[in-house]
Amino acid sequence: MDLILDGVCKSYPQSRGSLAILDDINFSIHTGQFVALLGSSGSGKSTVMRLVAGLEFPSNGRITFDGLPVGGPGSDRGMVFQKYSLYPWLTAAQNVAFGMELQGLPRLEVRERTAYFLEVVGLRDAGGRLPRELSGGMQQRIAIARALAAQPKLLLLDEPFGALDLQIRESMQEFLYQLWQQTGLSVLLITHDIDEALLLAQQIHVLAPRPGRIVRSLMVDFDHGDMMALRLSTPFLERRQELANGLRQLDGTLT
Amino acid sequence: MTSLGTFSGRGRRHLLVHPWSLGLLGILLVFGLWATISSLGVVDQLFLPSPAAVFLAGQEQLAQGQLVADLVASIRRVFGGFALSALVAIPLGIAMGANTTLCRLLEPLLGILRYMPAPAFIPLLIIYFGVDELPKILLIFIGTLFFNTLMIMDAVKFVPSELIETALTLGGKRADLLTRVIAPYIIPQALDAFRVNMAAAWNLVIVAELVAAEDGLGKRISLAQRFLRTDQIFLGLIVIGIIGLLIDLGFRMLMRRRCSWAQ
Ligand SMILES: Nc1ncnc2c1ncn2[C@@H]1O[C@H](COP(=O)(O)OP(=O)(O)OP(=O)(O)O)[C@@H](O)[C@H]1O
Ligand SMILES: [Mg+2]
Repeated sequence: MDLILDGVCKSYPQSRGSLAILDDINFSIHTGQFVALLGSSGSGKSTVMRLVAGLEFPSNGRITFDGLPVGGPGSDRGMVFQKYSLYPWLTAAQNVAFGMELQGLPRLEVRERTAYFLEVVGLRDAGGRLPRELSGGMQQRIAIARALAAQPKLLLLDEPFGALDLQIRESMQEFLYQLWQQTGLSVLLITHDIDEALLLAQQIHVLAPRPGRIVRSLMVDFDHGDMMALRLSTPFLERRQELANGLRQLDGTLT
Repeated sequence: MTSLGTFSGRGRRHLLVHPWSLGLLGILLVFGLWATISSLGVVDQLFLPSPAAVFLAGQEQLAQGQLVADLVASIRRVFGGFALSALVAIPLGIAMGANTTLCRLLEPLLGILRYMPAPAFIPLLIIYFGVDELPKILLIFIGTLFFNTLMIMDAVKFVPSELIETALTLGGKRADLLTRVIAPYIIPQALDAFRVNMAAAWNLVIVAELVAAEDGLGKRISLAQRFLRTDQIFLGLIVIGIIGLLIDLGFRMLMRRRCSWAQ
Protein backbone atom coordinates (compact mmCIF):
# COMPACT_ATOMS: atom_id res chain seq x y z
CA MET A 1 0.00 0.00 0.00
CA ASP A 2 1.28 3.41 -0.87
CA LEU A 3 -1.25 6.14 -0.21
CA ILE A 4 -4.23 5.67 2.09
CA LEU A 5 -7.00 8.16 2.81
CA ASP A 6 -8.99 6.99 5.79
CA GLY A 7 -12.19 8.82 6.70
CA VAL A 8 -10.85 12.15 5.53
CA CYS A 9 -13.07 15.18 6.16
CA LYS A 10 -12.32 18.81 5.46
CA SER A 11 -14.29 21.84 6.49
CA TYR A 12 -13.55 25.54 6.53
CA PRO A 13 -14.64 27.78 9.40
CA GLN A 14 -17.35 30.26 8.51
CA SER A 15 -18.99 33.16 10.28
CA ARG A 16 -21.50 30.70 11.74
CA GLY A 17 -20.28 27.12 12.21
CA SER A 18 -18.25 25.62 9.42
CA LEU A 19 -18.60 24.67 5.78
CA ALA A 20 -18.03 20.99 4.99
CA ILE A 21 -16.05 20.59 1.76
CA LEU A 22 -15.13 16.89 1.97
CA ASP A 23 -17.00 14.20 3.85
CA ASP A 24 -15.53 10.80 4.72
CA ILE A 25 -13.21 10.25 1.79
CA ASN A 26 -11.72 6.74 1.66
CA PHE A 27 -9.49 5.36 -1.04
CA SER A 28 -5.98 4.14 -1.56
CA ILE A 29 -3.38 4.00 -4.30
CA HIS A 30 -1.01 1.06 -4.63
CA THR A 31 2.49 1.39 -5.96
CA GLY A 32 2.37 1.86 -9.72
CA GLN A 33 -1.39 2.34 -9.83
CA PHE A 34 -3.14 5.00 -11.90
CA VAL A 35 -6.19 6.35 -10.10
CA ALA A 36 -8.54 9.09 -11.27
CA LEU A 37 -10.80 11.29 -9.19
CA LEU A 38 -13.76 12.36 -11.31
CA GLY A 39 -16.14 15.12 -10.31
CA SER A 40 -17.80 18.30 -11.47
CA SER A 41 -16.48 21.76 -10.71
CA GLY A 42 -16.51 22.65 -7.04
CA SER A 43 -16.86 19.05 -5.86
CA GLY A 44 -13.64 19.32 -3.86
CA LYS A 45 -11.20 17.56 -6.18
CA SER A 46 -8.43 20.08 -5.76
CA THR A 47 -8.95 20.00 -2.02
CA VAL A 48 -8.32 16.24 -1.97
CA MET A 49 -5.14 16.81 -3.91
CA ARG A 50 -3.93 19.59 -1.63
CA LEU A 51 -4.52 17.37 1.38
CA VAL A 52 -2.52 14.55 -0.19
CA ALA A 53 0.25 16.97 -1.13
CA GLY A 54 0.37 18.17 2.48
CA LEU A 55 -0.44 21.77 1.55
CA GLU A 56 -3.50 21.55 3.80
CA PHE A 57 -4.55 19.23 6.60
CA PRO A 58 -7.72 17.19 7.12
CA SER A 59 -10.20 18.32 9.77
CA ASN A 60 -10.81 14.67 10.48
CA GLY A 61 -9.43 11.32 9.40
CA ARG A 62 -5.95 10.26 8.40
CA ILE A 63 -3.77 10.35 5.32
CA THR A 64 -0.76 8.04 5.32
CA PHE A 65 1.88 7.71 2.66
CA ASP A 66 4.20 4.72 2.81
CA GLY A 67 2.96 4.03 6.31
CA LEU A 68 3.72 7.52 7.65
CA PRO A 69 1.14 10.24 8.27
CA VAL A 70 1.38 13.14 5.81
CA GLY A 71 2.78 16.06 7.82
CA GLY A 72 3.48 18.59 5.07
CA PRO A 73 4.60 18.93 1.49
CA GLY A 74 7.54 16.86 0.30
CA SER A 75 9.31 15.83 -2.86
CA ASP A 76 7.98 12.25 -2.61
CA ARG A 77 4.62 13.63 -3.83
CA GLY A 78 5.14 15.65 -7.00
CA MET A 79 2.36 17.95 -8.07
CA VAL A 80 1.23 19.56 -11.32
CA PHE A 81 -1.23 22.36 -10.80
CA GLN A 82 -4.42 23.16 -12.63
CA LYS A 83 -3.04 26.56 -13.58
CA TYR A 84 0.29 26.94 -15.32
CA SER A 85 2.86 27.26 -12.59
CA LEU A 86 6.23 27.50 -14.30
CA TYR A 87 8.64 30.07 -12.89
CA PRO A 88 8.37 32.81 -15.51
CA TRP A 89 11.94 34.07 -15.02
CA LEU A 90 13.50 30.64 -15.59
CA THR A 91 13.94 28.93 -18.93
CA ALA A 92 12.21 25.63 -19.58
CA ALA A 93 15.41 23.74 -18.73
CA GLN A 94 15.95 25.77 -15.55
CA ASN A 95 12.38 25.02 -14.53
CA VAL A 96 12.99 21.31 -14.97
CA ALA A 97 16.21 21.59 -12.96
CA PHE A 98 14.54 23.60 -10.18
CA GLY A 99 13.52 20.72 -7.91
CA MET A 100 16.81 18.87 -8.31
CA GLU A 101 18.68 22.01 -7.34
CA LEU A 102 16.48 22.47 -4.29
CA GLN A 103 17.36 18.93 -3.30
CA GLY A 104 21.05 19.70 -3.71
CA LEU A 105 21.89 17.22 -6.45
CA PRO A 106 25.39 17.57 -7.94
CA ARG A 107 25.50 19.98 -10.85
CA LEU A 108 26.53 17.41 -13.41
CA GLU A 109 23.69 15.11 -12.46
CA VAL A 110 21.22 17.98 -12.61
CA ARG A 111 22.35 18.78 -16.12
CA GLU A 112 22.11 15.21 -17.32
CA ARG A 113 18.72 14.57 -15.76
CA THR A 114 17.37 17.86 -17.08
CA ALA A 115 18.33 16.89 -20.60
CA TYR A 116 16.83 13.46 -20.05
CA PHE A 117 13.46 14.72 -18.84
CA LEU A 118 13.24 17.38 -21.53
CA GLU A 119 13.71 14.51 -23.95
CA VAL A 120 11.05 12.44 -22.16
CA VAL A 121 8.44 15.17 -22.65
CA GLY A 122 9.61 15.74 -26.21
CA LEU A 123 10.89 19.27 -25.69
CA ARG A 124 14.63 18.85 -26.02
CA ASP A 125 14.94 21.85 -28.32
CA ALA A 126 12.80 24.16 -26.18
CA GLY A 127 15.09 24.04 -23.14
CA GLY A 128 16.39 27.58 -23.62
CA ARG A 129 13.01 29.23 -23.99
CA LEU A 130 11.11 31.21 -21.37
CA PRO A 131 7.66 29.94 -20.34
CA ARG A 132 5.89 32.82 -22.06
CA GLU A 133 7.49 31.67 -25.30
CA LEU A 134 5.91 28.21 -24.94
CA SER A 135 2.38 27.13 -25.84
CA GLY A 136 0.03 25.98 -23.09
CA GLY A 137 0.61 22.32 -23.93
CA MET A 138 4.37 22.76 -23.88
CA GLN A 139 4.17 24.57 -20.55
CA GLN A 140 2.22 21.75 -18.97
CA ARG A 141 4.69 19.21 -20.35
CA ILE A 142 7.54 21.17 -18.79
CA ALA A 143 5.61 21.26 -15.51
CA ILE A 144 5.26 17.48 -15.70
CA ALA A 145 8.95 17.10 -16.51
CA ARG A 146 9.80 19.31 -13.54
CA ALA A 147 7.67 17.18 -11.23
CA LEU A 148 9.15 13.94 -12.59
CA ALA A 149 12.72 15.17 -12.34
CA ALA A 150 12.34 15.65 -8.59
CA GLN A 151 11.83 11.86 -8.37
CA PRO A 152 8.44 11.62 -6.70
CA LYS A 153 6.90 8.28 -5.77
CA LEU A 154 3.44 9.61 -6.45
CA LEU A 155 2.51 12.09 -9.16
CA LEU A 156 -0.45 14.33 -8.38
CA LEU A 157 -2.08 15.88 -11.44
CA ASP A 158 -4.80 18.48 -10.91
CA GLU A 159 -6.69 18.80 -14.20
CA PRO A 160 -3.37 19.18 -15.99
CA PHE A 161 -4.92 19.42 -19.44
CA GLY A 162 -8.05 21.36 -18.52
CA ALA A 163 -6.89 24.56 -20.17
CA LEU A 164 -5.78 22.94 -23.44
CA ASP A 165 -7.82 22.64 -26.60
CA LEU A 166 -9.22 19.30 -27.62
CA GLN A 167 -6.56 18.13 -30.05
CA ILE A 168 -3.63 18.96 -27.83
CA ARG A 169 -5.48 17.48 -24.90
CA GLU A 170 -5.83 14.16 -26.70
CA SER A 171 -2.17 13.99 -27.60
CA MET A 172 -1.24 14.96 -24.03
CA GLN A 173 -3.40 12.14 -22.73
CA GLU A 174 -1.56 9.65 -24.92
CA PHE A 175 1.70 11.16 -23.80
CA LEU A 176 0.75 10.80 -20.14
CA TYR A 177 -0.34 7.21 -20.59
CA GLN A 178 2.94 6.25 -22.25
CA LEU A 179 4.87 8.10 -19.60
CA TRP A 180 3.10 6.18 -16.87
CA GLN A 181 3.82 2.88 -18.59
CA GLN A 182 7.49 3.75 -19.01
CA THR A 183 8.09 5.00 -15.49
CA GLY A 184 5.84 2.79 -13.40
CA LEU A 185 4.92 5.77 -11.22
CA SER A 186 1.84 5.93 -9.04
CA VAL A 187 -0.50 8.59 -10.38
CA LEU A 188 -3.50 10.41 -8.95
CA LEU A 189 -5.24 12.26 -11.76
CA ILE A 190 -7.95 14.78 -11.05
CA THR A 191 -10.38 15.53 -13.82
CA HIS A 192 -13.92 16.49 -14.70
CA ASP A 193 -13.49 14.85 -18.11
CA ILE A 194 -15.10 11.39 -18.24
CA ASP A 195 -13.14 10.39 -21.35
CA GLU A 196 -9.88 11.31 -19.74
CA ALA A 197 -10.59 9.29 -16.62
CA LEU A 198 -11.76 6.24 -18.59
CA LEU A 199 -8.87 6.38 -21.03
CA LEU A 200 -6.07 6.66 -18.54
CA ALA A 201 -6.99 5.33 -15.13
CA GLN A 202 -7.17 1.81 -13.77
CA GLN A 203 -9.54 2.90 -11.07
CA ILE A 204 -11.98 5.81 -10.95
CA HIS A 205 -13.60 7.37 -7.92
CA VAL A 206 -16.59 9.58 -8.61
CA LEU A 207 -16.89 12.60 -6.35
CA ALA A 208 -20.30 14.16 -5.68
CA PRO A 209 -20.41 17.80 -4.59
CA ARG A 210 -21.58 19.63 -1.45
CA PRO A 211 -20.04 18.12 0.53
CA GLY A 212 -17.51 16.28 -1.62
CA ARG A 213 -17.88 12.54 -1.15
CA ILE A 214 -17.11 9.43 -3.14
CA VAL A 215 -20.36 7.99 -4.46
CA ARG A 216 -18.97 5.39 -6.76
CA SER A 217 -15.73 3.55 -7.48
CA LEU A 218 -15.06 1.48 -10.54
CA MET A 219 -12.20 -0.49 -12.03
CA VAL A 220 -11.37 0.04 -15.69
CA ASP A 221 -9.47 -2.41 -17.87
CA PHE A 222 -9.56 -1.47 -21.51
CA ASP A 223 -6.96 -2.43 -24.06
CA HIS A 224 -4.97 0.78 -24.40
CA GLY A 225 -2.86 -0.46 -27.31
CA ASP A 226 -4.48 1.96 -29.74
CA MET A 227 -5.90 4.90 -27.88
CA MET A 228 -7.44 6.51 -30.95
CA ALA A 229 -9.39 3.35 -31.66
CA LEU A 230 -10.27 2.93 -28.00
CA ARG A 231 -11.92 6.34 -27.92
CA LEU A 232 -14.37 5.17 -30.56
CA SER A 233 -14.84 1.54 -29.51
CA THR A 234 -18.31 0.39 -28.44
CA PRO A 235 -17.40 -0.85 -24.93
CA PHE A 236 -15.68 2.46 -24.22
CA LEU A 237 -18.60 4.53 -25.45
CA GLU A 238 -21.09 2.43 -23.49
CA ARG A 239 -19.10 2.83 -20.30
CA ARG A 240 -18.83 6.52 -20.96
CA GLN A 241 -22.55 6.88 -21.54
CA GLU A 242 -23.33 5.05 -18.35
CA LEU A 243 -20.94 7.17 -16.31
CA ALA A 244 -22.29 10.36 -17.86
CA ASN A 245 -25.84 9.38 -16.92
CA GLY A 246 -24.72 8.72 -13.38
CA LEU A 247 -23.05 12.13 -13.12
CA ARG A 248 -26.08 13.86 -14.58
CA GLN A 249 -28.30 12.23 -11.98
CA LEU A 250 -25.93 13.42 -9.27
CA ASP A 251 -26.28 16.98 -10.47
CA GLY A 252 -30.03 16.50 -10.94
CA THR A 253 -30.65 15.49 -7.35
CA LEU A 254 -28.84 18.57 -6.16
CA THR A 255 -30.44 21.30 -8.17
CA MET B 1 7.93 48.03 -31.98
CA THR B 2 5.21 45.83 -33.40
CA SER B 3 2.74 48.68 -33.45
CA LEU B 4 4.87 50.20 -36.19
CA GLY B 5 4.18 47.29 -38.49
CA THR B 6 1.12 48.83 -40.06
CA PHE B 7 3.02 51.96 -41.10
CA SER B 8 6.21 50.30 -42.22
CA GLY B 9 5.53 51.13 -45.86
CA ARG B 10 5.75 54.87 -45.25
CA GLY B 11 9.00 56.21 -43.91
CA ARG B 12 7.82 59.59 -42.64
CA ARG B 13 4.81 58.23 -40.82
CA HIS B 14 7.13 55.62 -39.40
CA LEU B 15 9.44 58.19 -37.85
CA LEU B 16 6.58 60.25 -36.51
CA VAL B 17 4.94 57.27 -34.87
CA HIS B 18 8.08 56.15 -33.09
CA PRO B 19 7.45 56.78 -29.37
CA TRP B 20 10.76 58.54 -28.88
CA SER B 21 10.48 60.96 -31.74
CA LEU B 22 7.01 61.99 -30.65
CA GLY B 23 8.30 62.63 -27.14
CA LEU B 24 11.12 64.70 -28.57
CA LEU B 25 8.62 66.63 -30.64
CA GLY B 26 6.67 67.52 -27.51
CA ILE B 27 9.80 68.84 -25.85
CA LEU B 28 10.85 70.80 -28.95
CA LEU B 29 7.41 72.37 -29.21
CA VAL B 30 7.63 73.84 -25.71
CA PHE B 31 11.21 74.90 -26.34
CA GLY B 32 10.16 76.59 -29.57
CA LEU B 33 7.34 78.39 -27.80
CA TRP B 34 9.76 79.60 -25.16
CA ALA B 35 12.28 80.81 -27.77
CA THR B 36 9.57 82.61 -29.77
CA ILE B 37 8.04 84.39 -26.81
CA SER B 38 11.39 85.56 -25.48
CA SER B 39 12.59 86.74 -28.89
CA LEU B 40 9.38 88.73 -29.44
CA GLY B 41 10.30 90.66 -26.33
CA VAL B 42 6.77 90.75 -24.93
CA VAL B 43 7.94 89.44 -21.54
CA ASP B 44 10.60 91.11 -19.46
CA GLN B 45 14.00 89.35 -19.70
CA LEU B 46 14.05 89.25 -15.94
CA PHE B 47 10.99 87.03 -15.84
CA LEU B 48 11.69 84.98 -18.93
CA PRO B 49 15.36 84.67 -19.87
CA SER B 50 16.07 83.63 -23.43
CA PRO B 51 17.34 80.12 -24.21
CA ALA B 52 20.66 81.72 -25.18
CA ALA B 53 20.96 83.41 -21.78
CA VAL B 54 20.29 80.12 -20.01
CA PHE B 55 22.84 78.41 -22.24
CA LEU B 56 25.39 81.08 -21.38
CA ALA B 57 24.69 80.68 -17.67
CA GLY B 58 25.32 76.98 -18.12
CA GLN B 59 28.60 77.60 -19.91
CA GLU B 60 29.72 79.96 -17.21
CA GLN B 61 28.92 77.54 -14.40
CA LEU B 62 30.56 74.69 -16.28
CA ALA B 63 33.72 76.71 -16.76
CA GLN B 64 33.85 77.58 -13.07
CA GLY B 65 33.35 73.93 -12.22
CA GLN B 66 30.35 74.90 -10.16
CA LEU B 67 27.76 72.96 -12.13
CA VAL B 68 29.65 69.70 -11.77
CA ALA B 69 30.34 70.32 -8.08
CA ASP B 70 26.62 71.00 -7.44
CA LEU B 71 25.62 67.97 -9.42
CA VAL B 72 27.97 65.72 -7.51
CA ALA B 73 26.76 67.09 -4.19
CA SER B 74 23.07 66.58 -5.01
CA ILE B 75 23.53 63.17 -6.61
CA ARG B 76 25.56 61.96 -3.62
CA ARG B 77 22.78 62.94 -1.25
CA VAL B 78 20.07 61.35 -3.37
CA PHE B 79 21.92 58.10 -3.84
CA GLY B 80 23.08 57.92 -0.24
CA GLY B 81 19.60 58.47 1.17
CA PHE B 82 17.94 56.26 -1.39
CA ALA B 83 20.40 53.39 -0.96
CA LEU B 84 19.79 53.50 2.79
CA SER B 85 16.05 53.49 2.20
CA ALA B 86 16.24 50.53 -0.21
CA LEU B 87 18.50 48.65 2.18
CA VAL B 88 15.83 48.85 4.89
CA ALA B 89 12.77 48.64 2.61
CA ILE B 90 13.76 45.39 0.86
CA PRO B 91 14.02 43.16 3.94
CA LEU B 92 11.22 44.98 5.78
CA GLY B 93 8.85 44.87 2.81
CA ILE B 94 9.55 41.19 2.20
CA ALA B 95 9.06 40.37 5.88
CA MET B 96 5.77 42.29 5.99
CA GLY B 97 4.55 40.70 2.78
CA ALA B 98 5.36 37.20 3.96
CA ASN B 99 4.25 37.51 7.58
CA THR B 100 0.66 38.48 8.36
CA THR B 101 1.34 39.34 12.00
CA LEU B 102 4.16 41.71 11.12
CA CYS B 103 2.05 43.24 8.37
CA ARG B 104 -0.89 43.89 10.70
CA LEU B 105 1.47 45.36 13.26
CA LEU B 106 3.28 47.77 10.95
CA GLU B 107 1.01 48.55 7.99
CA PRO B 108 -1.20 51.13 9.77
CA LEU B 109 1.90 52.78 11.24
CA LEU B 110 3.60 53.06 7.86
CA GLY B 111 0.31 54.18 6.37
CA ILE B 112 0.21 57.14 8.75
CA LEU B 113 3.90 57.99 8.39
CA ARG B 114 3.58 57.91 4.64
CA TYR B 115 1.07 60.75 4.74
CA MET B 116 3.30 63.00 6.80
CA PRO B 117 5.00 65.26 4.24
CA ALA B 118 8.72 64.59 4.44
CA PRO B 119 9.72 68.29 4.10
CA ALA B 120 7.90 68.92 7.39
CA PHE B 121 10.60 66.83 9.04
CA ILE B 122 13.33 69.27 7.97
CA PRO B 123 13.10 71.51 11.07
CA LEU B 124 13.31 68.49 13.34
CA LEU B 125 16.23 67.02 11.41
CA ILE B 126 18.08 70.34 11.58
CA ILE B 127 17.51 70.55 15.34
CA TYR B 128 18.73 66.97 15.80
CA PHE B 129 21.58 66.80 13.34
CA GLY B 130 22.51 70.35 12.32
CA VAL B 131 22.96 71.37 8.71
CA ASP B 132 25.53 68.78 7.57
CA GLU B 133 25.03 65.97 5.12
CA LEU B 134 23.33 63.62 7.58
CA PRO B 135 19.98 65.46 7.88
CA LYS B 136 19.68 65.71 4.08
CA ILE B 137 20.39 62.01 3.61
CA LEU B 138 17.95 61.19 6.41
CA LEU B 139 15.29 63.36 4.82
CA ILE B 140 15.51 61.36 1.60
CA PHE B 141 15.55 58.18 3.65
CA ILE B 142 12.36 59.16 5.51
CA GLY B 143 10.70 60.48 2.39
CA THR B 144 11.11 57.27 0.40
CA LEU B 145 11.29 54.49 3.01
CA PHE B 146 7.56 54.08 3.58
CA PHE B 147 6.63 54.09 -0.08
CA ASN B 148 9.43 51.68 -0.97
CA THR B 149 8.49 49.33 1.87
CA LEU B 150 4.77 49.29 1.16
CA MET B 151 5.28 48.76 -2.57
CA ILE B 152 7.64 45.85 -1.97
CA MET B 153 5.24 44.41 0.58
CA ASP B 154 2.45 44.50 -1.99
CA ALA B 155 4.62 42.78 -4.59
CA VAL B 156 5.39 39.98 -2.12
CA LYS B 157 1.72 39.56 -1.23
CA PHE B 158 0.87 38.93 -4.86
CA VAL B 159 3.40 36.19 -5.50
CA PRO B 160 1.10 33.46 -6.93
CA SER B 161 0.57 30.73 -4.35
CA GLU B 162 1.14 28.04 -7.01
CA LEU B 163 4.74 29.20 -7.38
CA ILE B 164 5.30 28.92 -3.63
CA GLU B 165 3.52 25.60 -3.33
CA THR B 166 5.31 24.12 -6.33
CA ALA B 167 8.64 24.83 -4.65
CA LEU B 168 7.40 23.11 -1.49
CA THR B 169 6.26 20.00 -3.37
CA LEU B 170 9.62 19.87 -5.14
CA GLY B 171 11.41 19.57 -1.82
CA GLY B 172 12.04 23.26 -1.09
CA LYS B 173 12.48 24.57 2.45
CA ARG B 174 11.12 27.84 3.83
CA ALA B 175 14.47 29.56 3.26
CA ASP B 176 14.46 28.47 -0.39
CA LEU B 177 11.14 30.21 -0.91
CA LEU B 178 12.64 33.58 -0.08
CA THR B 179 15.74 33.36 -2.23
CA ARG B 180 14.48 31.25 -5.11
CA VAL B 181 10.84 32.24 -5.53
CA ILE B 182 9.89 35.48 -3.77
CA ALA B 183 13.04 37.50 -4.47
CA PRO B 184 13.24 36.78 -8.20
CA TYR B 185 9.50 37.27 -8.61
CA ILE B 186 9.43 40.76 -7.08
CA ILE B 187 12.59 42.16 -8.72
CA PRO B 188 10.75 43.85 -11.62
CA GLN B 189 8.18 45.42 -9.31
CA ALA B 190 10.85 46.51 -6.85
CA LEU B 191 12.81 48.15 -9.66
CA ASP B 192 9.68 49.92 -10.80
CA ALA B 193 8.94 51.10 -7.27
CA PHE B 194 12.47 52.45 -7.01
CA ARG B 195 12.13 54.20 -10.33
CA VAL B 196 8.95 55.96 -9.24
CA ASN B 197 10.17 56.84 -5.75
CA MET B 198 13.46 58.14 -7.07
CA ALA B 199 11.51 61.12 -8.38
CA ALA B 200 10.42 61.88 -4.82
CA ALA B 201 14.02 61.63 -3.68
CA TRP B 202 15.01 64.28 -6.21
CA ASN B 203 12.26 66.58 -5.07
CA LEU B 204 13.37 66.20 -1.49
CA VAL B 205 17.05 66.86 -2.06
CA ILE B 206 16.23 70.12 -3.79
CA VAL B 207 13.91 71.12 -0.97
CA ALA B 208 16.57 70.30 1.61
CA GLU B 209 19.17 72.31 -0.28
CA LEU B 210 16.83 75.26 -0.66
CA VAL B 211 16.47 75.35 3.12
CA ALA B 212 20.03 74.86 4.24
CA ALA B 213 23.10 73.79 2.29
CA GLU B 214 26.56 74.84 1.17
CA ASP B 215 26.27 73.41 -2.30
CA GLY B 216 23.98 71.43 -4.58
CA LEU B 217 21.54 72.30 -7.34
CA GLY B 218 18.89 73.47 -4.90
CA LYS B 219 21.35 75.78 -3.19
CA ARG B 220 22.31 77.28 -6.54
CA ILE B 221 18.69 77.99 -7.32
CA SER B 222 18.06 79.71 -4.02
CA LEU B 223 21.21 81.85 -4.47
CA ALA B 224 20.08 82.75 -7.98
CA GLN B 225 16.80 83.95 -6.53
CA ARG B 226 18.63 86.29 -4.21
CA PHE B 227 20.42 87.92 -7.18
CA LEU B 228 17.38 87.78 -9.47
CA ARG B 229 19.30 85.51 -11.86
CA THR B 230 16.33 83.81 -13.50
CA ASP B 231 18.65 82.42 -16.17
CA GLN B 232 20.40 80.41 -13.44
CA ILE B 233 17.07 79.28 -11.98
CA PHE B 234 15.99 78.05 -15.41
CA LEU B 235 19.33 76.31 -15.82
CA GLY B 236 18.97 74.54 -12.46
CA LEU B 237 15.44 73.39 -13.24
CA ILE B 238 16.43 72.07 -16.66
CA VAL B 239 19.45 70.22 -15.29
CA ILE B 240 17.35 68.63 -12.55
CA GLY B 241 14.79 67.54 -15.13
CA ILE B 242 17.43 66.01 -17.38
CA ILE B 243 19.11 64.12 -14.53
CA GLY B 244 15.75 62.78 -13.42
CA LEU B 245 14.96 61.62 -16.92
CA LEU B 246 18.34 59.90 -17.22
CA ILE B 247 17.82 58.05 -13.94
CA ASP B 248 14.36 56.99 -15.07
CA LEU B 249 15.75 55.71 -18.36
CA GLY B 250 18.53 53.93 -16.50
CA PHE B 251 16.00 52.03 -14.40
CA ARG B 252 13.97 51.18 -17.47
CA MET B 253 17.04 49.87 -19.24
CA LEU B 254 18.06 47.79 -16.25
CA MET B 255 14.57 46.36 -16.21
CA ARG B 256 14.65 45.50 -19.92
CA ARG B 257 18.04 43.87 -19.55
CA ARG B 258 17.50 41.93 -16.34
CA CYS B 259 13.78 41.23 -16.35
CA SER B 260 12.91 40.53 -19.95
CA TRP B 261 10.61 37.79 -18.69
CA ALA B 262 8.28 40.31 -17.06
CA GLN B 263 7.81 42.47 -20.11
N1 LIG C 1 -9.79 28.14 1.66
C1 LIG C 1 -11.10 27.90 1.45
N2 LIG C 1 -12.04 28.46 2.25
C2 LIG C 1 -13.35 28.23 2.03
N3 LIG C 1 -13.83 27.48 1.03
C3 LIG C 1 -12.95 26.89 0.20
C4 LIG C 1 -11.54 27.07 0.36
N4 LIG C 1 -10.92 26.36 -0.61
C5 LIG C 1 -11.89 25.78 -1.33
N5 LIG C 1 -13.11 26.09 -0.86
C6 LIG C 1 -14.40 25.62 -1.42
O1 LIG C 1 -14.35 24.22 -1.52
C7 LIG C 1 -15.09 23.77 -2.64
C8 LIG C 1 -14.28 22.79 -3.42
O2 LIG C 1 -13.16 23.44 -3.97
P1 LIG C 1 -12.12 22.70 -4.91
O3 LIG C 1 -11.17 23.72 -5.42
O4 LIG C 1 -11.54 21.54 -4.18
O5 LIG C 1 -13.07 22.19 -6.07
P2 LIG C 1 -12.68 21.47 -7.45
O6 LIG C 1 -13.46 20.23 -7.53
O7 LIG C 1 -11.21 21.38 -7.60
O8 LIG C 1 -13.27 22.49 -8.50
P3 LIG C 1 -12.72 22.89 -9.95
O9 LIG C 1 -13.07 21.76 -10.87
O10 LIG C 1 -13.47 24.14 -10.26
O11 LIG C 1 -11.24 23.10 -9.82
C9 LIG C 1 -15.48 25.00 -3.42
O12 LIG C 1 -16.86 25.24 -3.22
C10 LIG C 1 -14.65 26.11 -2.81
O13 LIG C 1 -15.35 27.31 -2.82
MG1 LIG D 1 -9.78 22.28 -8.85
